[in-house]
Amino acid sequence: MPNAVEIHWAWLIPALPALGAFANATIGKKLQDRLGKGAVHGIAVGAMVLSTAVAWAYFAVMLGTPAEDRYLHQTLWPAFAAGSLRVDLAFALDPLSMMMTLVVTNIATLIHVYSIGYMAEEPSYWRFFSYMNLFVFSMLLLVMGSNFVILFFGWEGVGLCSYLLISFWYTDLDKARAGMKAFVVNRFGDFAFIIGLFALMWGLGGSWTGQKSGGLSLRDGYAASAVYAPLHDGATAAEAEAMTPREHGIAVGPTLDFRELRAEILAPETGILTHLKTTTIFGLPLVAFVCILLFGGATGKSAQIPLYVWLPDAMAGPTPVSALIHAATMVTAGVYMVARLNFLFALSPAAMTVVAAVGTLTAIFAAAIGFFQVDIKKVLAYSTVSQLGYMFMGVGVGATWAGCYHLLTHAFFKACLFLGSGSVILACHHEQDMRKMGGLKDHTPITRWTYAVATLAISGFPVAAGFFSKDEILWKTFTTENLAAPWIGPVLWFVGLVAAAGTSFYMWRSYYLTFWSGSYRGGSGHGEHAHGGEEGMHEAHAPRESPVVMTGVLLALAAGAVLASVLGLPSAWGFTPILESFLEPVTSASRDLLHFSEPGRGLELFFMLVSVGVATAGWLVAAWLYKTGENPRPAAWLAKYAGLHRVVFNKFYVDEIYAATILRAAMWVKDVAFWFDVHVIDGLVNFVGVVVRFVANVDGAIDRYVVDGLVNLTAEAVLASGRGLRKLQTGRIENYLMTALAGALAFVAINYLVH
Amino acid sequence: MIGRMLAGSSNPPGLPGGGRDGLVYEAKDLFGLGQLSDFLWYALAALTVGSAAGVAFSRNIIYSAFSLLGTFLGAAAMYVYLAAPFVAITQVLIYIGGVLVLILFAVMLTSRIRDVQISNGSLAPLPGALGLLACAGLLGYVGGSTPWHEVARPEMIDQAQALGDGFLSTYLLPFEAASVVLLATLVASVVIARRETDEEEAAGRSEAADRGGAGTPPGAVRAGGRAAHGPPATEEV
Amino acid sequence: MLHVGLAHFLAVGALLFALGAYCVTTRKNAVGILMGVELILNAANVNFVAFGHYSWGGIHGQVFALFVIVLAAAEAAVGLAIVLTLYRHYKTIDVTRAERLEG
Repeated sequence: MPNAVEIHWAWLIPALPALGAFANATIGKKLQDRLGKGAVHGIAVGAMVLSTAVAWAYFAVMLGTPAEDRYLHQTLWPAFAAGSLRVDLAFALDPLSMMMTLVVTNIATLIHVYSIGYMAEEPSYWRFFSYMNLFVFSMLLLVMGSNFVILFFGWEGVGLCSYLLISFWYTDLDKARAGMKAFVVNRFGDFAFIIGLFALMWGLGGSWTGQKSGGLSLRDGYAASAVYAPLHDGATAAEAEAMTPREHGIAVGPTLDFRELRAEILAPETGILTHLKTTTIFGLPLVAFVCILLFGGATGKSAQIPLYVWLPDAMAGPTPVSALIHAATMVTAGVYMVARLNFLFALSPAAMTVVAAVGTLTAIFAAAIGFFQVDIKKVLAYSTVSQLGYMFMGVGVGATWAGCYHLLTHAFFKACLFLGSGSVILACHHEQDMRKMGGLKDHTPITRWTYAVATLAISGFPVAAGFFSKDEILWKTFTTENLAAPWIGPVLWFVGLVAAAGTSFYMWRSYYLTFWSGSYRGGSGHGEHAHGGEEGMHEAHAPRESPVVMTGVLLALAAGAVLASVLGLPSAWGFTPILESFLEPVTSASRDLLHFSEPGRGLELFFMLVSVGVATAGWLVAAWLYKTGENPRPAAWLAKYAGLHRVVFNKFYVDEIYAATILRAAMWVKDVAFWFDVHVIDGLVNFVGVVVRFVANVDGAIDRYVVDGLVNLTAEAVLASGRGLRKLQTGRIENYLMTALAGALAFVAINYLVH
Repeated sequence: MIGRMLAGSSNPPGLPGGGRDGLVYEAKDLFGLGQLSDFLWYALAALTVGSAAGVAFSRNIIYSAFSLLGTFLGAAAMYVYLAAPFVAITQVLIYIGGVLVLILFAVMLTSRIRDVQISNGSLAPLPGALGLLACAGLLGYVGGSTPWHEVARPEMIDQAQALGDGFLSTYLLPFEAASVVLLATLVASVVIARRETDEEEAAGRSEAADRGGAGTPPGAVRAGGRAAHGPPATEEV
Repeated sequence: MLHVGLAHFLAVGALLFALGAYCVTTRKNAVGILMGVELILNAANVNFVAFGHYSWGGIHGQVFALFVIVLAAAEAAVGLAIVLTLYRHYKTIDVTRAERLEG
């Protein structure tokens, strides 16, 4: 096992945003009232800047470490111990975590700065920044946690913050409802996730009592010495360490630590690999079962089929939230988790196939819905779902680094797109309907150019980063040999290519509808999306460019979307992708398990051309239809294929299908339970009530005549004795003392005599 | 002699192995009746019990208070015999230096100098005496006739240190509780005294007003002002 | 005569206790009662230290004696403060005369 580098200040990275969140949650309102909003965002942005600085410092430390030792680790304290399981509150920064940490801190800092402008008129400014900082804290726990527990803590924490921020304007019932929907849909995924985790623990021989459970037996190839001894509660870390049996320096047994898990799975002499491969659960191979359930968790958090439905509704939150949480960071948590566990997923072609297929399906499905959306944020939401599908495609076919690279580039261009849309929305006085925009290119030049750059990136033109990451994913999908059947890869590649064309089309459509297509159509002022307290704030009706804190951030993100290309210039062009070699210590875990065919460089270059070709085609069609705003065809086609359009516009009625099936089933169960309650349980209760009343009557008679008699007798006796004893109450303390003394002496005497 | 006495005190007689090794304690049979330290012990016990009897039976409370001095000193000597010098010194410091002085003050403050006889009246002396005899007899008999479990004591070198360690380890909780009790005592005493002072002041003011401004120092125990508060108490003579 | 042993100390303790109890039960004077209490406490202390010395070993008996001394000091302070208060109210410290409950 390579050496780990112990570090001591990693906790600062999540702790600073946590501190900022705490400060704004407690004294934020007072600060805002007394010192103005500057104090509030001063705290929030200051915490983010410091946190980012620490992250960069550790990045420098990591670069100074030999590649095989790039595992920065810090254990704070033991979180809990249960049975044979010990869980530490520990942070780990390996190249993957490091990349995620840098993405989260940097993008979050930029978006915090952007929010200063975007939320300037918000009365509960402090609450917004407190939530944002809390989100960053949770997200950093998620990516920096060295074990499943910390990851899960962050996982739930980001879910909570997502809920809080979607329903940030909670007085609007629709927005509050969208928050609840996100929360509830995520519960489905989290349920699968945690079941998968339990199954994994069971498979590794974990049990509550510290004795080995049914999942593991000596026959499975565990050396006798390798069967761990139960660890006792209260044992110190050193004792536990000493008591954990080791096989070739590797701790064997149930663990939730990623590094330990990876080490014990990778070392064949521990027998765990064989054990995991041969064990079945409910007739399914254990590894596939675990991986699919864990991926189920990812479909919730990362909005994949079938649990993607919450993400478009999540656009009810403020736009910076959409950019940070629902585009750049939180929704990539599932991709991060699958990438982190690449050594586990690589063991099961079935699970890989599920991941890749679901990702591809989501990519094209969401792209199709995106075609006809009119709300600019909804378009971006579906494009996010679609791009997340690409990421899962990448990690699913075994190209872990490509999935992560797409995650990175997507964070830049999608944050840029969302923030651009926010800038547009602000310029149009909280109007989100693209049909009421148009012609903004002259009013908001910076927003327009940055949006264009980001659109170039997402639709896959080789000037911006999105092309390289998406193309790498498509190429790996075509050449993969890791799926259940060899024909699946090329099929997925083709579907992905079509989705790429669709992406290009709807993104350019949104660009032209917003910034071109004639002159500004809004004009009339406030749209239906204007939220409380802001009406009448805008005097001028003409769209204006946003303040410099917003446009500056847009420029930075657009620059990032272009410059990130440097990290992944393809090997087909004669480069070595920097990110691939950087992530090598992480992906090496599954290197021997994953294989790709090598059809040759010529084919790869040809596929690149094809990619660019379909992207250009999408662009041209969009430009033809929407650039001038005078082409009658869109309207004519809409009239002609009204039925199809209605289906797509209504998102294939997935929400309605869910309402008709899952929700209705739940309601049916509720009704049955209610009927059962009314007719059976209430009947029982009433019967019991009748019986009890009868018994009570009998009891009452007894009480009246027997018990009361006794009670009265007792009272009379006490009264009489009281009359007699009253004479002893002299009121003189000496007499009492004397009596007490006599009693004490009597006790001494009796005690002595008895003994 | 003193050295021997002290040596004897750290190894009291009457115990197997208690100083019988002849190194520090030389067993000396005086008049064939016992050892010197035994005689000394009996003398001190007589002082203790005699003084206690003085406390209990004296008609004059001042004599009682001074007799208490003898009892406390005698008890301190008992502790020295029991190899507990620290307790003995504490006894002297706190009981004699603190409690006894307090009692003397109380006696002085509550008895007027003009009272010729400072009473220490008692009630029902006869049942009290009977109780006394029964109590002493029973306890003494039980204590003397029970075969108490006795152990060979380890040599105690540094008692103050051992006590300090004990207070801060095994007995930390009672130790802290005692500190709380002391604090409460302090506060309680202040509260009791202060309220009375205020009332005295109020009474003094009203009285001074009655008398046309001739003030008296507040807090002083005076015969006057009785009418202002409290019942017209009969003087106990 | 006998060598001094545990029983001797117990006898002294018993006598002290009996005298203290007598004092407490018969005195009319509040200060006298307090003196009796001090006697009783001393009797207990002698027993503690004696048992600690002969029967238990170590410092445990002494520790309790020290606690008793501390609490006795507290008790004396509060008790005498009460006596003084009593005196100021009733102009007497005869406990048989201080019968009224209200101040």
